[in-house]
Amino acid sequence: MKTLVLVEHDNTRVQDATLAVVTAASKLGEVHLLVAGHNCGAVAEAAAKIAGVGKVHVADDAAYANGLAENVAPLAAALMADHDAFLAAATTQGKNVAPRVAAHLDVMQISEILSVEGPKTFTRPIYAGNAIATVESTDAKLVITVRGTAFEKAATEGGSGTVEAVSGPGDAGTSSFVSSEIAKSERPELTSAKIIVSGGRALKDAETFEATITPLADKLGAAIGASRAAVDAGYVPNDYQVGQTGKIVAPEVYFAIGISGAIQHLAGMKDSKVIIAINKDEDAPIFQVADIGLVTDLFTAVPELTGAL
Amino acid sequence: MKILVPVKRVIDYNVKPRVKADGTGVDLANVKMSMNPFDEIAVEEAIRLKEKGAATEIVAVSVGPAKAQETLRTALAMGADRAILVETEEEVEPLAVAKILKAIADEEQPGLVILGKQSISDDSNQTGQMLAALMGRPQGTFANTVAVEGDSVVVKREVDGGLQTVKLALPAIVTTDLRLNEPRYASLPNIMKAKQKPLATKTAGDYGVDLTPRLKTLKVQEPAVRQAGVKVADVAELVGKLKTLGIAD
Repeated sequence: MKTLVLVEHDNTRVQDATLAVVTAASKLGEVHLLVAGHNCGAVAEAAAKIAGVGKVHVADDAAYANGLAENVAPLAAALMADHDAFLAAATTQGKNVAPRVAAHLDVMQISEILSVEGPKTFTRPIYAGNAIATVESTDAKLVITVRGTAFEKAATEGGSGTVEAVSGPGDAGTSSFVSSEIAKSERPELTSAKIIVSGGRALKDAETFEATITPLADKLGAAIGASRAAVDAGYVPNDYQVGQTGKIVAPEVYFAIGISGAIQHLAGMKDSKVIIAINKDEDAPIFQVADIGLVTDLFTAVPELTGAL
Repeated sequence: MKILVPVKRVIDYNVKPRVKADGTGVDLANVKMSMNPFDEIAVEEAIRLKEKGAATEIVAVSVGPAKAQETLRTALAMGADRAILVETEEEVEPLAVAKILKAIADEEQPGLVILGKQSISDDSNQTGQMLAALMGRPQGTFANTVAVEGDSVVVKREVDGGLQTVKLALPAIVTTDLRLNEPRYASLPNIMKAKQKPLATKTAGDYGVDLTPRLKTLKVQEPAVRQAGVKVADVAELVGKLKTLGIAD
C-alpha cells in the first residue's frame, strides 16, 4: 500500500504532529509525504530526513502558503490517483483539510485513529472517548486522521526520501487568508510537552491563574494547560484547553490543579503516564484517575511545591 | 440571504454513554436525547445574523429518525423559520449526510450553511468540510467569530496555537466552535409558536442519496480504565514522590 501523509508546517519547519502520522502510515505501507506551502524548501528537506520516508511531493505556490483547505484538498486528491491512503494529523489543520479530500474522493473518512488493526481496520474513540469503536473501511481508498498521542513519533533523522516538485490546481479563488494570532512562547508546545501543568476553574481569575500556575510550570520547564471551565471563564486563551473539544495530550507527567475532572477534560489527558492532582474537594472525579493525589487548598500547596522543587 | 442550519439529535451531553454488553454500540434506549451542543451554537449564530439584518430566512435540517422532529422543533422555537426532516431509522455517515445537504442546498440556494464542527456522538468532525467540498465552496471551520461583509464572510477560526482569520466568498460553509456564542433558551410562547411553523418530511431517496455505510463497525468497547493511585498527606510527601519519579531532584 502507498500512503500519502500531509506534512504540517509553517513554511520553515515540520510540526511534531506529523511525526506520529508517519508512524501510523508506516504500519500501512510505503510512506510518501505532501508538503504544500510557499517558499517551503527547508520543510521539504527536513521532511525527507524523517525516518522511513520514501518520496516527498512538494507543491510550492503562493496559493498553499497558509494551508487553505480549499486549495490544498484538490491538490491532495489529485495525488491520491497514485496512492491508496491519505493520512493527516488530527490537529485543526488536518481536521480542516482531510474531510475535504475524502469528499473529493467519495470516501468516508476514519477520524482520529488510535491504532492500526489491519490494512483497512482501525480503532477510534467515539462519545468523547467513552467508547472505542473498531471500524473497517469498505472504500477503495482510505482517508484517515491520526491522534498524535496514540503513536510514537518517527525519528527526524535517518531518512533519505527523494524530493519531487508537483503542481496542483493552485488558488480556487474562493477563500483568502487575512491574519493569524499565534501566541509566541518559549514554553514547550502542549501536545509535545513532557510535563504539563494545567489549571481549572478554582484558579479564580486570569491574574491568579498566572500567579499560581506559571511559576510552577517555569520551575518544571512545563507547558501550561487549562480545563474548559478555565478557558470559558477567560483565565487563559482557548488554545490552552485540554479535553475532548480542545487538545488531546499524553505527557510523561500531568499536573491537574484545581480541576474537578469532568468527562470532557479526562478524555483529553487520561493517557498521560503520571497524573498528579491537587484539589481541595476529596470527592473530585480527578482523584479516580490520578496516580498521586493531594487533597488541600491549592493556593498554599502550589507555591509551597514550587518553592520545594 | 437564506441560512441553512443542519442539526443532529444526539445523546444529551450530561448523560454518560454506556457501551452495550454485546459490543455492538452505545445503548441509546431510554436515554435522554438533545440537540448536538455545537448545532445549538449554529442555530444561535444564524438567529443573530438574522437579527442583525444579514439574513432573511433560517431553514433547519436534520437527517435522522422520526424523533429528530423534536430537535427541529427546538431549532424552530429558538428562532428558525422552517424545517426539513430527512427521515431514516438507519445511522447515517457524515459523507451521506453531506450529500443530502448538498442536494438540499441546490434546492434552497442558501448564502451560508452553519453547522456544528462535530457531533458529540461519533465525534467525526467531517460533515461541514465534506459539504463544502461537494458544493465547491469555501469553509470557515471551528468558528470563533463570524461577520458577513457584503458578498463575503469573515471567519475567525480557533486553530492550534491561537486564532486564524479567513475571508470567504459567499456562499460559504461555517462550522461552529464552543466560544462562538452562548445559545439562548427558547421561551414558552416561542415553543408554542414553533408547533405551527412548517416542517417538511423527506427521505434520502427524494434526494437520490445512497445511505449504505462505507465503514463497518466491528465492535464497540469501553476504554481501558485507569486505576486511582495514592493520596499523599502534604506537599513534602508529594515532593518525595516526585523525586522517586525523577521529576524533582
